[in-house]
Amino acid sequence: MTSSTRTAERPSNPSQEPQGSRRNKLAQRPLPPWTWVVVLVASAVVAAALAALFTDFHLGFVFVTTLVLFLVTSYVVTRSRAGRRKANDELCRNLVYTAFILALIPLVSLLWSVTSVGMRGLTEPGFLTSDMMGVSGTTDAESVQEGTSVQGGIVHALVGSLMITLAAAAISVPIGLLTSIYLVEYSRGGPLARAITFFVDVMTGIPSIVAGLFGVAAMSWFLGVLNQAGLISSSRSTMGITAAIALSVLMIPIVVRTTEEMLRVVPNELREASYAMGVRKWRTITKVVLPTAISGIASGVTLALARVFGETAPILVTAGFVVNVNWNLFQGWMTALPVYIYRQFQNPINPSLSEPSYQRAWAAALVLIFVVMMLNLIARIIAKVFAPKTGGR
Amino acid sequence: MSKSIQAIDMNIYYGSFRAVEGVSIDIDSRSVTALIGPSGCGKTTFLRSINRMHEVLPYASVEGQLLLDGDDIYGSGVDPVTVRTMIGMVFQKPNPFPTMSIRENVLAGYKLNGTRLSRSDADSIVERSLSSANLWNEVKDRLDKPGSGLSGGQQQRLCIARTIAVKPDVILMDEPCSALDPISTLAVEDLISELKEEYTVVIVTHNMQQAARVSERTAFFNIAGTGKPGKLIEYAETSTIFNNPSEKSTEDYVSGRFG
Repeated sequence: MTSSTRTAERPSNPSQEPQGSRRNKLAQRPLPPWTWVVVLVASAVVAAALAALFTDFHLGFVFVTTLVLFLVTSYVVTRSRAGRRKANDELCRNLVYTAFILALIPLVSLLWSVTSVGMRGLTEPGFLTSDMMGVSGTTDAESVQEGTSVQGGIVHALVGSLMITLAAAAISVPIGLLTSIYLVEYSRGGPLARAITFFVDVMTGIPSIVAGLFGVAAMSWFLGVLNQAGLISSSRSTMGITAAIALSVLMIPIVVRTTEEMLRVVPNELREASYAMGVRKWRTITKVVLPTAISGIASGVTLALARVFGETAPILVTAGFVVNVNWNLFQGWMTALPVYIYRQFQNPINPSLSEPSYQRAWAAALVLIFVVMMLNLIARIIAKVFAPKTGGR
Repeated sequence: MSKSIQAIDMNIYYGSFRAVEGVSIDIDSRSVTALIGPSGCGKTTFLRSINRMHEVLPYASVEGQLLLDGDDIYGSGVDPVTVRTMIGMVFQKPNPFPTMSIRENVLAGYKLNGTRLSRSDADSIVERSLSSANLWNEVKDRLDKPGSGLSGGQQQRLCIARTIAVKPDVILMDEPCSALDPISTLAVEDLISELKEEYTVVIVTHNMQQAARVSERTAFFNIAGTGKPGKLIEYAETSTIFNNPSEKSTEDYVSGRFG
């Protein structure tokens, strides 16, 4: 340890050299740390010059040329000064950074465009507190022609999304949790467990519109049976709970998968320690295994919620679209936030003056992204708060 | 409270593979018995079959009888959970529950089973168990800190405290010191010598000096070759096993000439 530290420090610390003038034979000539900045700036300048000469100063051209020039130049410079291994290292590192920046571009640009466009609609008074009752082509036309504020809001869509997502979670979490407990704690890899794993994998790939159609079909059949038995008189299947059933088809496999992973990483020693004290299996599972894995399970469930919160198609075919707040999952149509956005874009309230509808759609999109990001953030916080405590020595 | 153990012609299987063959052994109450032998000879398997932990593994099974004070723990209608409350176990790797504090770890046997304890009962159990595990003075000021924050040796003594908190009749130890440094090992060995005043202790160890130091009787297990079942070769007073064994293979093993 000490010897390696000393050799590593030597080149950067020439005063420790026995003879000041003698060059360390092991040390390489290092490039100054600011090399990459110089190369990057030079590449950008050359690229800008080329763009000005050959194109209409196209920004994309400047960006791509800068990247290519930077990659090539830094490789050549490093190779000529520091050697081939360093140059390869430099090239690969630059490629990794480039890939990272390229991956960030769509995300940042999406966030920026939604925020910049959606902010105006969001700050409109009453956007978060009113529904679309009374908003018609006439009111929209008024707001455009007379410059008054755009009417209408998303409170009904927020309520719908909230109710439907919570109901979907209430259906999926118990089923998913119990399934994964069976898979990890009880199955011992039998044919039933293999079949469940296979079908969960298949369910993961189900297109969401198919899940929606399944929800409609299942609910119609169920209501039909009840109707024939004379228990209810209505057989309208379009309601919030149908959407929740459709979403739970999408959510169950996610919950099963994440929970299964989390339960599998709970060390077997903890289960054995519990059994060895004469604790029954179900108590071992509920008191030892689940608390140890709870952080991962909770964050997995939250991520699954974020995933289904943004679903459009299955809710559109199962819960329909209304303009007023509906808290009742079991009666009447319901609007979800993504469906609201879709409707505002596809069928503007005033077909000839679509501007107010677009503004509402963008603002709703901003809210949707915000909620999904919040759910992701909450998942991280949950994972941190519930994680088994260490330290304290 | 302590109970004797009598194994009668026990065969232990993993699936169709016979891991341990024909073990018959008498273990007195209030004694320390060491199980020694090369790796893979079935001593841990035998140890785990004493409190039916063996059958936690899939496809594991046992033939023969194991009498705890005359009652067969493999008899029909015997609940393995009842057996395990009477026969506690300490594992090779210290495994305190990471979600629980030191205090909760000691009380785990009660809490996990849903037993309600008054505050004063719980306090006295925690103090008594930690004191008998020689850990009380080290942790009494931080009982509410996580158990995983202790050092390895302390964690192992915490696991022993957790085991004796539920007042078992027998304590099984599976190489309890193999992950510990010499000082912690000494602490655990001292503890074992104290535990035999109240409990029957069976300990698996790879460390022959440890077997010689802590045990009164020693059982030597051996295996004829890979894929063959492990067998009990010799079981006698520890001094006999180490100084004057009757079997050639025992002598080879304890003198280090094995294999």
